[in-house]
Amino acid sequence: MRRSRGVAQAGWALVAFLAWLTVYPLVLVALDAVRAPDGSFTLDAVRAFAARPTEARALWNSCWLSLATVVGCALVGVPTAWLLERTTIRGRGILGTLFLLPAVLPPLVGVLALLFLAGESGFAAHLVMALQGRDEAPWRLQGAAAILLVHVHAMSVYFHIFARAAFRTLDGAQLEAAAALGGTRWRTWRAVVIPHLRPALTGAALVTFMTSLASFSAPYLFGGGTRVMTTQILATRLNGDYALAMTETLALTALALAALVVVRWLDADEPPRGGGKGTAALARQTLSPIGRLLSAVGAWTVALLGVLPHVTLLVISLVPRGTWTTEAIPPAWTLQNYATLVADPVRARPLITSLWMGLAAAAVATLLAVAAAWLSVGRRVPARRWIEALLALPWAVPGTVFAIALATTFSVHRPWAGRVVLIGTVWLLPLAYMARALPLAGRGLVAAWRRLDPALDDAAASLGAGPWRTLREVTLPLLRPALLAAASLAFVTGFGDVVASIVLYTYDTRPVSLEILGSLRQSDVGVAAAYGVVLMLVSAGVMAVGRDRGTST
Amino acid sequence: MATEAYLEVRRLVRRFSGGAGVHGVSFTLGAGDVLALIGPSGSGKTTTLRLLAGFETPDTGEVLLRGRDVTALGPAARRFGMVFQHYALFPHLDVGANVAFGLAAAKLPPDAVRARVAESLALVELGGMERRAVGELSGGQQQRVALARAVAPAPEVLLLDEPLSNLDPALRERTRNELRDLIRRIGITTVLVTHEQEDAFDLADQVALLLDGSLEQVGSPEALYRTPTTLATAGFVGRGRAVPAELQSVGQGEAVVLVHGVEWRVPDAATCMVEGRPGPVQLFARPEALRCDPAHGVPAVITAARFIGAATLCTVQLADGALLEVEAEPGRWRVGEMVYVMPSRRGDSGVHCFPRVSDATA
Repeated sequence: MRRSRGVAQAGWALVAFLAWLTVYPLVLVALDAVRAPDGSFTLDAVRAFAARPTEARALWNSCWLSLATVVGCALVGVPTAWLLERTTIRGRGILGTLFLLPAVLPPLVGVLALLFLAGESGFAAHLVMALQGRDEAPWRLQGAAAILLVHVHAMSVYFHIFARAAFRTLDGAQLEAAAALGGTRWRTWRAVVIPHLRPALTGAALVTFMTSLASFSAPYLFGGGTRVMTTQILATRLNGDYALAMTETLALTALALAALVVVRWLDADEPPRGGGKGTAALARQTLSPIGRLLSAVGAWTVALLGVLPHVTLLVISLVPRGTWTTEAIPPAWTLQNYATLVADPVRARPLITSLWMGLAAAAVATLLAVAAAWLSVGRRVPARRWIEALLALPWAVPGTVFAIALATTFSVHRPWAGRVVLIGTVWLLPLAYMARALPLAGRGLVAAWRRLDPALDDAAASLGAGPWRTLREVTLPLLRPALLAAASLAFVTGFGDVVASIVLYTYDTRPVSLEILGSLRQSDVGVAAAYGVVLMLVSAGVMAVGRDRGTST
Repeated sequence: MATEAYLEVRRLVRRFSGGAGVHGVSFTLGAGDVLALIGPSGSGKTTTLRLLAGFETPDTGEVLLRGRDVTALGPAARRFGMVFQHYALFPHLDVGANVAFGLAAAKLPPDAVRARVAESLALVELGGMERRAVGELSGGQQQRVALARAVAPAPEVLLLDEPLSNLDPALRERTRNELRDLIRRIGITTVLVTHEQEDAFDLADQVALLLDGSLEQVGSPEALYRTPTTLATAGFVGRGRAVPAELQSVGQGEAVVLVHGVEWRVPDAATCMVEGRPGPVQLFARPEALRCDPAHGVPAVITAARFIGAATLCTVQLADGALLEVEAEPGRWRVGEMVYVMPSRRGDSGVHCFPRVSDATA
């Protein structure tokens, strides 16, 4: 392989840039945690953290809630995957789409939708109040159970997707062999199916655990007295105790990295692979009539529970302010909430802000991902391992941590140390969105680039095309599906972001997510719902376009 | 063959950490010559081709084109056309755009590009297929598009990587004929890599055998077959096996070799690689150069008999366990039968003496 020195240097330059964007802020956070106001070294904050029972409780809550989320999501995600992939249950196409919906929507939309459905002033509460003639909400959707409900609703999709893929590649010949050798169904599951699923399940568990650990909107809106680390960090920071907030940030990071290490260690031994060249196609199981009825009821219930909140969101967005109090069905309908979004310049602004910030972040993240994939896969620069590691890092770090780290880094003007004041400017939020979208965009593009036939590059070169022409006319056109997927994913991540925004926003740069939270605080439920619907439609639309344009060629 | 050197390769060396690579490959081609690089997998054929194309840079050594050193030139500047093993057609471009891809550097007017594309496609009998998607073509058609794409910019040298390996046997022979005609018609200097000896012999006027990254022998197909310079060449090109023997004497167009104490009389040309010096040798024999006899020769047992049409190929085991292959009349001998092996009178070649490895190093 020919490799020019300039390309190798570009590789190291990208490493330096990524390190500045991802590692450096975390290092500054670590330093701030052990620095007294006068600049000397101190462990006061660490001691305070260790001494306070509230801190230990928040850490414990984060930990057990995430573990419980993993268990709950597995219980919903794996059976639904099995039904869709391995049985002859009817309506698999529609069910599949319904199950996947949460994956394309920003977490805030799901949280908001559940609030309107199952919250104390939500649709379900209204229904019960109307039926029983009560004028007080029958329950309060708050505390650990509420957080857990929201998490399972939003994150079961990870287990569902991972398990479906694994069920699809199950080797029919192995099952037949186990059955022919006289294995009972249970033994076959234990000996063949579970080992086959294991990598997918540990993968799903890791994604779910990390997402749950980093989850912010659910505990923020539903937590009540139940503090988790993400909300605790924000509260401490608002109290002005920066050193303690930094210590908490470090603790959360450590927890996330520990989870990563544990899963890596659990997954270290590769599962044995079948020796056959092709695998036998596996017949779907035909269920007994009772089994069919039960599974159909179960699957459709899960699917409808999955989308019902979003339907509620749509309904609420069409209700005039203050008209819906105790009736089961809204007494009046209006488009006024949407009109407000468009007509009121104060209200319209967050939408425009989120749109341009999301677009800018997606454009830059995609560009950086292309550069990273080109250097790492296309040119195989010496720095490629570093590039790929740094690209993935922001994924392992909870969003709150990352936002705090960026806020710390860009709060002072020390250009010689790579720090400028960005806080309060319009640039900090897009920068945060971009950095948070990098792992998703980067990993997809690197993987897609790896799948390209390297001979195509050679062919272009032997036909006289330089590296630029090859990139422009061969590689990028072939990567179009992956590019669109990466860009749309990056856009949706930034467009619906709460976690980073709530730490970094100012009134002038407030994005849609914070306008929603603000509207909720002012009980302007209709407008909040309308924003939620817009968020939902734009995200779903962008994802659909990304996927359609991607697969059509 | 032209006498003036058109493409000259001098002591190319390229080492890889894995071990495979090339260690000092040299050869010279005249304008219009066709060279086939053959050898087992991992012998450095493809690496040599990639060094020629400029995809790899040699650690040392030079590639000269008409006397000009092009070693430092990248593939884009070198103007060597290449047909890849899996064709590497651009899947997002149609046939015409694939063929036109290499014409961009020439900065021709659109009409001239169109004409050149049509001409190249006509050359491979795909005239009028410009607008077809490459995905909907058959394997043989894709191969021809790849060939048209490679020759359209009128390259200095044509490089073919396993050009026939992806075609089924019926298509293979036809494509080989077309390929040979095309190369001759354009008169382009060509280097091709193949692991099929038949393809090499049919297409090339020079064959280079690579073993472990080194050139074992370069020559015409006939020279490689008839006068192999090493035991490895003899074993790789065509069939045959070797047994230890003793060269006794050479004279009057004939040599006497002692195999298991039995005198074999073979043409004296068979001893050229040991310079006629009596002593221990490795005696290599092709099946057609041996025969089975009911009474005279080296005693052996037939361990396998394989019917191959005009003859039966018998594997025989000598007393010390060494194996030879002998061509015999079909149905004449049975497995398990005791026979005597002698050189047949038919072959004036097919038996070669090589130095024994332990003696050569001593």
